Amino acid sequence: MMDGKLETNAFGDALTGEQRIRNFNLNFGPQHPAAHGVLRLVLELDGEIVERCDPHIGLLHRGTEKLMESRTYLQNLPYFDRLDYVAPMNQEHAWCLAIETLTGTVVPRRASLIRVLYSEIGRILNHLLNCTTQAMDVGALTPPLWGFEEREKLVVFYERACGARLHAAYFRPGGVHQDLPDDLIDDIEAWTWTFPKVLEDLHTLLTENRIFKQRNVDIGVVTEDDILKYGFSGVMVRGSNMAWDLRRAQPYECYDEFDFKIPVGKNGDCYDRYLVRMEEMTQSILIIRQAIAKLRMEGGEVLARGKIPPPSRRDMKTSMEALIHHFKLYTEGFHVPAGEVYAAVEAPKGEFGVYLKSDGSNKPYRAKIRAPGYLHLQAMDHLAKGHQLADVAAIIGTMDIVFGEVDR
Amino acid sequence: MAQANHDALQALADHITAQQGAAIVATEVAFGELSVTINPSHLEGFVQFLRDDAGCKFSSLVDITAVDHPEDDPRFVMVYHFLSMYQNQRIRVKMGVADGAMTPSICAIHPSANWFEREVFDMFGLMFSNHPDLRRILTDYGFRGHPLRKDFPTTGYTEVRYDEAQKRVVYEPVSLVQEYRQFDFLSPWESAKYVLPGDEKKA
Repeated sequence: MMDGKLETNAFGDALTGEQRIRNFNLNFGPQHPAAHGVLRLVLELDGEIVERCDPHIGLLHRGTEKLMESRTYLQNLPYFDRLDYVAPMNQEHAWCLAIETLTGTVVPRRASLIRVLYSEIGRILNHLLNCTTQAMDVGALTPPLWGFEEREKLVVFYERACGARLHAAYFRPGGVHQDLPDDLIDDIEAWTWTFPKVLEDLHTLLTENRIFKQRNVDIGVVTEDDILKYGFSGVMVRGSNMAWDLRRAQPYECYDEFDFKIPVGKNGDCYDRYLVRMEEMTQSILIIRQAIAKLRMEGGEVLARGKIPPPSRRDMKTSMEALIHHFKLYTEGFHVPAGEVYAAVEAPKGEFGVYLKSDGSNKPYRAKIRAPGYLHLQAMDHLAKGHQLADVAAIIGTMDIVFGEVDR
Repeated sequence: MAQANHDALQALADHITAQQGAAIVATEVAFGELSVTINPSHLEGFVQFLRDDAGCKFSSLVDITAVDHPEDDPRFVMVYHFLSMYQNQRIRVKMGVADGAMTPSICAIHPSANWFEREVFDMFGLMFSNHPDLRRILTDYGFRGHPLRKDFPTTGYTEVRYDEAQKRVVYEPVSLVQEYRQFDFLSPWESAKYVLPGDEKKA
């Protein structure tokens, strides 16, 4: 299609017919391996330079928010696994926090530690996928193969905790669904000692790789002004020398008692964001080890038994009252007092938030999911303008877009 | 700690009320969050104030959404969330919007409002004045209706399938093999709004 605007002839040169060219409009996606899902970009190109970029999203829109209005709070939980399916438990966390704030539920300490442990596993799951597929987008095939080997081990940890490799439904309002067996904790710890070697290997593949640097350094530079104007969060902020992390700034769960550093980049380009993600994985390993040490000290319940989580199986065998509770909780569901709350977590991609409005019944009156990728993708036009067509893939990769959460 | 947080939010609410009293209808601190209800005609000035005032610096727009209350007047509530990375504070701004009324767009103040306002337009059918590009965003090309309104059925009105004979995707009215099931699990002893079977004579 040659329907772009006529190229302006700034110098008034004599032009032949062939030189009077229009900008080229290119349809990128919706089926493109570097689009990280179903993204359709309408690109206006002047030669190889991107002049305008119009993302068309919604191809994966499933109406999650509408569906949530007709389901109970607990039935809604698994929808959150299906938002950002790269790190499912981090999403569930926001939903649980929203409900717990409104109902005033206090999570038992062991459950809180398990949540931190699995949130960090989720962060590594996400960053492993992002860093390595970013490399694939710019031409390297080995990193995703090596990275996915580790992801495989992590999804097995997911499976051993909750029975599902991907759609976990493990974090529940009031705690986590089941306690972790001791040997699982041991295996996770053993893994934290082998994983740094893999990270090191990934570094040797990518960090000083000439092609990788040529494709990422000085591409998609984000400034502090951009961050504020386009509402960035997560690594998009930290890559630009702003140490903003909700785990530190507005601690939720028990993150305030963990010792970890917040890596920041200096230049705000794609390469710095890659480095930040790699370092965040190292920090997550440290958090996981601390969480495991604390978990070994901490016994007890993993659900705040009461009117929100179900009674234990053992109680149900002996107590009629518990059986009635169980029946009511899985048919009617629990009621959440009227009110509104916004709960946010530092998901691997940025600030993932839930705005929950309750009318006091067993179903949410309105739940708005605030996905970090939505805002990042919105800035695509701003970031891609003036870059080469090939850089579009690098910029999409560095934004860490997953369409499950963008389209909801 | 919760008390200190509450006090800080209350102080912030007092500061905003002192500076922008004309715009504000009500302020509330609940669940550790500050909600400010404003008069829709003051929206742009108020958002600008929140962004630029040295005591607020709510420079990041976090979210824009709406809530539909079909029985209420005005029918919709627009909800804005802002974050200040400098003050480490959050604020929620709410205002009532009638069906069919125009809301001023805040894209000029926060460029990130662009897609959020498109989404609200798409999902609720609320219009924004001075928006640079008010198109549908999440629904299909050529979609009709506004799905998050309470009177929009969860099943929607049209369904699509690939037609082997015509070799294309065809749009058809929704036909369900079985009625869409919406169970009412609410306890009849506590919250049923209808007359219980057997209680008709008593009433």
